[in-house]
Amino acid sequence: MTLPDYCKYSRAQTTRPALRGPTPSTTMISAFFIFNQKGELLISRLYRPDVKRPIADVFRIQVISSSDVRSPIVTLGSTSFFHVRVNNVYVVAVTKNNANAALVFEFCYRVITICKSYFGKVDEECVKNNFVLIYELIDEINDFGYPQNSEIDTLKSYITTESVVSSQIVAEESSKITSQATGVTSWRRADVKYKKNEAFVDVVETVNLSMSAKGTVLRADVDGHIQMRAYLSGTPECKFGLNDKLVIDKSERGAIDAVELDDCRFHQCVRLNEFDSTRTISFIPPDGEFELMTYRSTSNVKLPLRVIPTINEIGTTQVTYLIVVKTNFGNKLSATNVVLRIPTPLNTTSVECKVQTGKAKYVPEENVVVWKIPRVQGGQELTFNATAQLTSTTTRQVWARPPIDVDFQVLMFTASGLIVRFLKVFEKGNYHSIKWVRYLTKASGTYQIRF
Amino acid sequence: MNVFSRAAPKKGENFELRADLNSEYRDKRKDAIKKVIANMTVGKDVSGLFPDVLKNMQTEDIEQKKLVYLYLINYAKTQPDLVILAVNTFVKDSDDHNPLIRALAIRTMGCIRVEKIIDYIAGPLQKSLHDENPYVRKTAALCVAKLYDLKPELVLENGFLEQLHEMISDSNPMVVANTITALADIHTSATSQPSTSSSDPAVFTVTPTILNKLLIALNECSEWGRVAILSALARYEAQDEKESEHICERVVPQFQHVNGSVVLGAVRVIMIHMRKVKREDFNKQLIRKMAPPLVTLLSSPPEVQWIALRNINLLLQKRSDILSNEMRVFFCKYNDPLYVKVEKLDIMVRLANEHNVDALLSELKEYASEVDVDFVRRSIKAIGQAAVKIEAGAERCVNVLLDLIATRVSYVVQEAVVVMKDIFRRYPMTYEGVIPTLCANLEELDEPEAKASLIWIIGEYANKIDNADELLNIFVETFTEESYSVQLQTLTAVVKLFLFKPDTSQGLVQRILNTATKDCDSPDVRDRAYIYWRLLSTDPGAAKSVVLAHRPPISLPRTTVAPALLNELIGEVSSLASVYQKPAATFIGQGRVGAEAMQRRGADLADSAKTALQTVAAGQASENLLDFDDEPAAEQPTGLAATQVLQQPAAKNLLSGTSTNPLDDLVSIFGSSSLSPSVPLAAPAGGAAALDPFHGFGGVVSPISPAAPAQPASASNQQEDLLGLF
Repeated sequence: MTLPDYCKYSRAQTTRPALRGPTPSTTMISAFFIFNQKGELLISRLYRPDVKRPIADVFRIQVISSSDVRSPIVTLGSTSFFHVRVNNVYVVAVTKNNANAALVFEFCYRVITICKSYFGKVDEECVKNNFVLIYELIDEINDFGYPQNSEIDTLKSYITTESVVSSQIVAEESSKITSQATGVTSWRRADVKYKKNEAFVDVVETVNLSMSAKGTVLRADVDGHIQMRAYLSGTPECKFGLNDKLVIDKSERGAIDAVELDDCRFHQCVRLNEFDSTRTISFIPPDGEFELMTYRSTSNVKLPLRVIPTINEIGTTQVTYLIVVKTNFGNKLSATNVVLRIPTPLNTTSVECKVQTGKAKYVPEENVVVWKIPRVQGGQELTFNATAQLTSTTTRQVWARPPIDVDFQVLMFTASGLIVRFLKVFEKGNYHSIKWVRYLTKASGTYQIRF
Repeated sequence: MNVFSRAAPKKGENFELRADLNSEYRDKRKDAIKKVIANMTVGKDVSGLFPDVLKNMQTEDIEQKKLVYLYLINYAKTQPDLVILAVNTFVKDSDDHNPLIRALAIRTMGCIRVEKIIDYIAGPLQKSLHDENPYVRKTAALCVAKLYDLKPELVLENGFLEQLHEMISDSNPMVVANTITALADIHTSATSQPSTSSSDPAVFTVTPTILNKLLIALNECSEWGRVAILSALARYEAQDEKESEHICERVVPQFQHVNGSVVLGAVRVIMIHMRKVKREDFNKQLIRKMAPPLVTLLSSPPEVQWIALRNINLLLQKRSDILSNEMRVFFCKYNDPLYVKVEKLDIMVRLANEHNVDALLSELKEYASEVDVDFVRRSIKAIGQAAVKIEAGAERCVNVLLDLIATRVSYVVQEAVVVMKDIFRRYPMTYEGVIPTLCANLEELDEPEAKASLIWIIGEYANKIDNADELLNIFVETFTEESYSVQLQTLTAVVKLFLFKPDTSQGLVQRILNTATKDCDSPDVRDRAYIYWRLLSTDPGAAKSVVLAHRPPISLPRTTVAPALLNELIGEVSSLASVYQKPAATFIGQGRVGAEAMQRRGADLADSAKTALQTVAAGQASENLLDFDDEPAAEQPTGLAATQVLQQPAAKNLLSGTSTNPLDDLVSIFGSSSLSPSVPLAAPAGGAAALDPFHGFGGVVSPISPAAPAQPASASNQQEDLLGLF
């Protein structure tokens, strides 16, 4: 038996002690591309010299033209391609090392968010129309492969659709911009002024539900976003309070209306160490719109819509549907844009639907019946009756029965029960500020009922 | 201009563009530049327009300037002689009163990788590093890294490195973050050169003084800066336990950051520094705080989710208590992409216990009726894993499997049969009642693995199945047409049957031994047939103790990567290595690692190597290693990406023996042995098939060397056999 190779390692140890510890896993995005669906390059920016342009062709051939890519990261040789698909374009980052994968994807999504905010959408047409601006942006938010300041608010102050001419006045302005882009409050300019000081808070909750065929809740949780639009002068110091247990746990026990939040995450303006020690949410807000926090709640989720499906396969030629939808909130509120997508077997020829409210239509290309209800009040009950006719098929295949999917919006209702307790604004100017709060609970593609 | 006219096109698009670039109207010139950039993007060669574009560099219009710079970066290499013309503008711009322009000039100069321009960069860069404006300073810091990449001597001569070290104390957190990034970048490129010594000034070690500055900057800088600082913190070697605790406390608030990479970066730092902390309550608290942010990552876009899931999978292997009550959040949504679903399945099984097994089973049963064949199969496998893992739930798992078999969907039935075999191996003599149901589906099986599994079951319980000889006869009839794994199983099963019921199956065993030794083209099958034949003819008693020996029940491996590798990967959370769950050297470094680099990395790994050896000696590792062949399920969690794409470079690396992880070497030997003709036939057939050949060999060995100390017999014999390969 010969000595395994790795036994020799120990000898080397004494000679090179200084290099111990893991090699730094760096970010280093070597190149950034945007492709269209055909694999044509729309944007190409090489950040580091370790990749050359033809690497883009590799991606086109290996990923875009290949039908069998089932992973968002593809490593070929020592090159890794991270790709995200939005509408009809691919956003691709290329790395040559042991990259920080989470960061690369966060970066790709940040580019997408920035583009959305600049152009309203991200698709081939808009990338083509705005390529100059996109080049400017990706040059600004990434230097030598390392992501730089990517706060949309700040970017918009110096990368604009109108051309900027450098002059003395602009230079002064630029100093402000640059100090904002690097400052401790990189998200806010110092000289904001408003006649009317207002702050709007939108609590938007997305309900995730999957319910089993027997009607038991398999999973129900809420992804909440608190969106804020701050139109406040000067450098306001804000304090924000919710009826969450995170706060109450520390001070008063046994409050009844407290909501248990499993986790929350904050915009970078929120002082995290302060939250960690005292559970207060304090911050200097960016000017304009931003996402103050996101949170997750899994306990006591109030489901705004209850869907009770009864679906029977009669022989091999017919399926009957009876679906009852109950609205489960106060009758002063109402759900809007309710859309149920009810799956039909693949060999359906026609569907006959009967509904009292809204409209139902069979969409053969997606194998669903779409039932749209523009508005329904709380405490109501709606029914849907339908019969689907099937063609007889030779192959005996079981129908997979995908879940019924429900989309809706309910204003002034939170599924988690979260309420904004207060929003206090402190500023040197001591001005009076008006605050508005709105609540919205919605579901889109996440509210699923099996049958 | 005569000099350049040689390249001038006489007509065509470039000709027109050239005219426009030299137009007297500003707007026309700018539009022309935009067109040039557009052409550049689609890959048309516009390098011929270099001098004309360059003329438009000197402008007040920032947008136009940026476009010209972009052009310069792309084509400077093709026209190195002309780039010198741009130097003047750069130097002038680096003195502009507008900080944005100053920064832009420095940023662009660093990107132009032409020898001639480098010498001019030192002056402006020197000034920018001390610029009053932090925006310029942070850009300059990165420019030092660019310069080092191009010409390290220049950086050293000008003392830029010392200046960078001073800049760690900068008052602006963004500058600090970029400085750290630059130093880390220089460190990486310096250490990748084999000639660097530890005293090289480019080597960047985080000292306690730097540590404090980093911890302060961490709370104030931008999200990307935080990631940079966190990865520097991950490299820091804490002096004592107290310092480790301090770092953990300061990093924990970052769990609440909205950016997923900051969260994972914080997880990484904590997992690394937690190693030094002995206080279990402190660690428990950290772990408790870690769970909610990890779950929240599941609300991210699918790609980020996937990264998070892969890392959660690793973290669970290290600390199985992290998400103990959170199984439900990993339930698959109908519209999740497949790669997310597969990871979720694996994590669900990891989190399964006696209390949640019911919820898990009803969920898995639901998945088994979905459309995607691959996902359905994995779901059924997961049911089997749950059964093997949780004794109390095994019966319910078996019932679910029976329900699935009743659907008579071909691939569902076949997968269920394979899974049932594993359940029999875990709970021998327990679920014999289901054997008739399985045998009833005999005709429907067409996949080798399913067939082999069923045959193994028949052989194993031949004494209890009345018509075992009839059933096996079906396979003996078609013996030569079957795949090798099925042949091997048929062979063993018939021998078992003979040992159980010598009177009725004499003819059958004669026939199969004849066919297998004469008409079979696989040396493995022939070899095994000969061994059986000799055993049976010399000493049927010995044959009985070999073939029907007691085998230890299988168990679900807690880890899919070897312990030493796991520790290494935990230190790299959120990196590509942790996603692939393979050491970085297997997918970067061009598949070739120089001897020196090997040695150097060897130093890093000396500890792991020692641990690896110890574990091997202790025989613990072998369990894991064997599982690679033994339990196909163990290999799945490596994920799609890993199995599909990585296979190539990884295999190449491993076979050429360049892998730097010692345990990986072990694995690679097993891996490659499974490429050699002895095991592969067994490998695809899953546990039963793989166990038997070993079992056979083990049995052969044991009578000869009865002194073999290890018990339980078969497992340790396998180990010894395989370890003997070294």
